[in-house]
Amino acid sequence: MSDTMVEARGVTKAYGALQVLKGLDLEVRKGEVTCLIGPSGSGKSTFLRCINHLEQHDSGVLRVDGELVGYELRNHKLYERSAKQICQQRANIGMVFQRFNLFQHLNVLENITIGQEKVKGTNEAAAQQRARELLARVGLESKEKSYPVQLSGGQQQRVAIARALAMEPKLMLFDEPTSALDPELVGEVLDVMRDLARSGMTMIVVTHEMGFAREVANSVYFLDQGVIEESGEPEQVLGDPRSPRLRSFLSKVL
Amino acid sequence: MSSTLSEGEASLEVVPLRHWGRLGGALVTLVGVAMLIHTVFSKIPSRTGQVACHVVNATKSCHPVMEWRFSWNTVGSYLFDPLVMNGLWLTLQITFWAMLIGITLGLVIAMMRLSHNRLMTGISWFYTWFFRGTPVYIQILFWFAISYLYPTLSVGVPFGSWAFLHINSVTLFTPLIAGITALGLNEAAYFSEIARAGLISVDEGQIEAATSIGMTPSQTMRMVILPQAMRVIIPPTGNEVISMLKTTSLVASIGVIELTGAVDEISASNFKTVPLLLVACVWYLLCTTILSVGQFYVERYYARGSLRTQPPTPIQRLRGDLGALGTRFRRRSPVVSR
Repeated sequence: MSDTMVEARGVTKAYGALQVLKGLDLEVRKGEVTCLIGPSGSGKSTFLRCINHLEQHDSGVLRVDGELVGYELRNHKLYERSAKQICQQRANIGMVFQRFNLFQHLNVLENITIGQEKVKGTNEAAAQQRARELLARVGLESKEKSYPVQLSGGQQQRVAIARALAMEPKLMLFDEPTSALDPELVGEVLDVMRDLARSGMTMIVVTHEMGFAREVANSVYFLDQGVIEESGEPEQVLGDPRSPRLRSFLSKVL
Repeated sequence: MSSTLSEGEASLEVVPLRHWGRLGGALVTLVGVAMLIHTVFSKIPSRTGQVACHVVNATKSCHPVMEWRFSWNTVGSYLFDPLVMNGLWLTLQITFWAMLIGITLGLVIAMMRLSHNRLMTGISWFYTWFFRGTPVYIQILFWFAISYLYPTLSVGVPFGSWAFLHINSVTLFTPLIAGITALGLNEAAYFSEIARAGLISVDEGQIEAATSIGMTPSQTMRMVILPQAMRVIIPPTGNEVISMLKTTSLVASIGVIELTGAVDEISASNFKTVPLLLVACVWYLLCTTILSVGQFYVERYYARGSLRTQPPTPIQRLRGDLGALGTRFRRRSPVVSR
């Protein structure tokens, strides 16, 4: 058993002529928090979406918990997996989106139980019990009957985190989870994420919250124009940046 | 001008502006509507020239017999005629089956249109182009005459001569089946566009979220996309059902005795054409009214989660209006409290 959760080697991705990812290498160990930072258009969200195969990477190797994502290696060729197999892989990887993407037609409780019941086959009572535990954990016990439109952005994002956790994922991906929030609501979401990190969850977070990265992350990767420009421990990357591009980026966001 | 209100100013009365022009226009319209209603429920001298004569004090006086302008008594006597009742029932059945075919097939065509397979999108585009581009009346006549083009239908090897099932088109496509088929296939073309609009109205983030928790594309479609698309799909579909209910009258032309066919048949023998057309109108209006009410509640059901507060039902609104009126009368001086 290796203690590596995510391993990327030379991952590339292009949209037509536009090369978004130009060969990324990354390693995340179990229980670690990794932050991806970089200017918009640097490819950090695309890379995150490749990890649970929402986007297909063109070449390179991407493994989650030792398993190739979306492909199977046979006779030195990568065969695309069937839709069903990919769905099973995804169920083990939680994802939180910038715009929450809660199911608008379902109430808070149903948002958290639907995946458990329909994908994992959990019975209704057990799914609801787990949903209530998770709602308590993100501090929204009283909102289980509310619909997403009735909640603030911060509350919606906390429900979205609970929805992802309900699937008991071994890895959580966060795609700019606080970027669509009013400034005073950012804190409540970061608190939940901090708590999650403390509980030992493996997390990859695309973020512009440098304070969070410095405090919680075990390692920080700086992406620019589809390549990893600099990586390492947060104190070093954020406190003493070597590359001039990272230095100019940090001077703009801090 | 001070920006804060003093103690006395905070309780000042608000006098709304009177819209005299609007009020005058409404009154004129009201008079016009009243006149129209009066003509509909008024009597005129008999159109067949009937007169009634009396002899009073050895002088004979005659005056024309008066009758309802719209022959309401005749309408009343045929409203529940067994032939009309059977016709109405058949109209409802044709509407149901044609809509069922239209919605099922239309949904499939909409999904084909959104498929990544170019052949699928091409075929669905062609279907809509053809069935939307030709009159439904001609389509009905075509299905009625289908046995002329395809005397027998067989199931077997494509392009081969071997088949294990032969059906005689004439026996399969009775006028009723031909009518339902024509209306259903025509409806599918229209409904596919409605369904497509609904499906693409759902935010892509919903699909990504469903995918990210491991739902299969089919689960995502059934449990996440379709329920949300319904909000967009329902209003025009209600329109289509109401439209279909009336379009079924076209199958009277191929000899199906539905509501219009029934009143046609009765008036062909007694020449009371106008009153019998009114009989049909009364039933069509009643059915469309019931459908509209049903549509309102279905829309309300699928709107949950899209609005912070649900709009009131007409009954709730009426109760609210009456309540507001009551308090207005009870409280003589409308001082703004709180």
